[in-house]
Amino acid sequence: MKKLWWKILCIALLFYVVFMGLMGPVPHLPILNESIRNTYFHVALWLAMTTLLFASMVYSLMYLRSSNLKHDDVASELAKSGLFYGILGCLSGSVWANFTWGDPWPNDPKLNGAAVGILIYLAYLLLRSSFEDEQRRARIASVYNIFAFAVFVPLIYILPRLTDSLHPGSGGNSTFGSYDMNNDLRMVFYPAIIGWILLGLWFAELRVRIKRINRLREEEFIQTSKPL
Amino acid sequence: MLLYVVSTVFVCYLSFSLRRNQLTPIVWNTLFWIIILFAAVNAIAKSFSQERHGRLIYYYNLCSPQAIIMSKIIYNSFVMLFLAGVGFVFYAFVMGNQVGDMGLYAICIALSAIGFASVLTLIAGIASKADNSATLMAVLSFPIILPMLLMTIRLAKNAMDGLDWSVSNDEIITLLSIDLIVITLSYLLFPYLWRS
Repeated sequence: MKKLWWKILCIALLFYVVFMGLMGPVPHLPILNESIRNTYFHVALWLAMTTLLFASMVYSLMYLRSSNLKHDDVASELAKSGLFYGILGCLSGSVWANFTWGDPWPNDPKLNGAAVGILIYLAYLLLRSSFEDEQRRARIASVYNIFAFAVFVPLIYILPRLTDSLHPGSGGNSTFGSYDMNNDLRMVFYPAIIGWILLGLWFAELRVRIKRINRLREEEFIQTSKPL
Repeated sequence: MLLYVVSTVFVCYLSFSLRRNQLTPIVWNTLFWIIILFAAVNAIAKSFSQERHGRLIYYYNLCSPQAIIMSKIIYNSFVMLFLAGVGFVFYAFVMGNQVGDMGLYAICIALSAIGFASVLTLIAGIASKADNSATLMAVLSFPIILPMLLMTIRLAKNAMDGLDWSVSNDEIITLLSIDLIVITLSYLLFPYLWRS
């Protein structure tokens, strides 16, 4: 029971976000109109994804320092839930883009960067699947994960800012915080970020537990099936 | 490898030879960088997988992993500088030179050669540990190298148009910093790879 509180918090926050996100007051801006509600889902999902991938990188670092397989399990599962959020973020973004920019996949540096970022992490999963030995897989995948995050951040957050992009905060557009975030939005936006991060952690935690149970059962199986 | 670059350039030349006048500067530039990218992947993929197992053990006893990765990066950078330089001369010779500002283009080639070499050296090290290393090398390296490639193409375009150097300061600084990040990471991470 002692670890239950953050799951309850997560559910409460997400309920709050869904209800307030669909029914709460929002500022009326030209072009965006009611689709500004997507801020709670699309933008918050991307921020949550970056947080999850950052956490995954931290666990990879911890694995390299300690050689404890548990850390590598956590790193890989966090990367998986980050990848899942990335795909969701792309989908929600393309729904949004369809209504505001008139095209589900406008040729925008940030979108292309995001697609490449997803490819990087798919390559990470492929790399993991191409090793048999667990320690070896964990070490090499950790090295690649750290390397990938270091490339991923400039790809998503720095390069689009240098060019013209449709997203806010790029190519001379002002950033999000400064012009269209009012207090109504903030009241839901910040809980949304926290809620999505918690949900991602929850996914990762469940999958890590499944992995550990499987490993234990395998070890038991090996021990019981030893020749007499 | 030199033969590889030269023959690729020549194939491009022959395929475009019917419509040389339709070759816009953008296509010219992009084609060159794609040739260099493929040459780099092929050249550097060999840097680990070609070594025999016994020799790796010999190196392992002889010196520290940092020394090995740094020397491999430096060696590969020189290979890439040479390949890109000769490739560019030959490319300009057959396809017609469209560069406005040679100095800036040379800087661009140098920066990207070092960057490609350092990214691909670490990736080659990772890929050589797996079984099907050729496929894995391509899958792992292309997304990682893409931001660098995009910056390079943009910088090269500025150089071709002969824009003022101050316009491309941003790109030069970004490329330099990506190079630095990648080299530092390789230096820090390679010891863990080397042990296995």
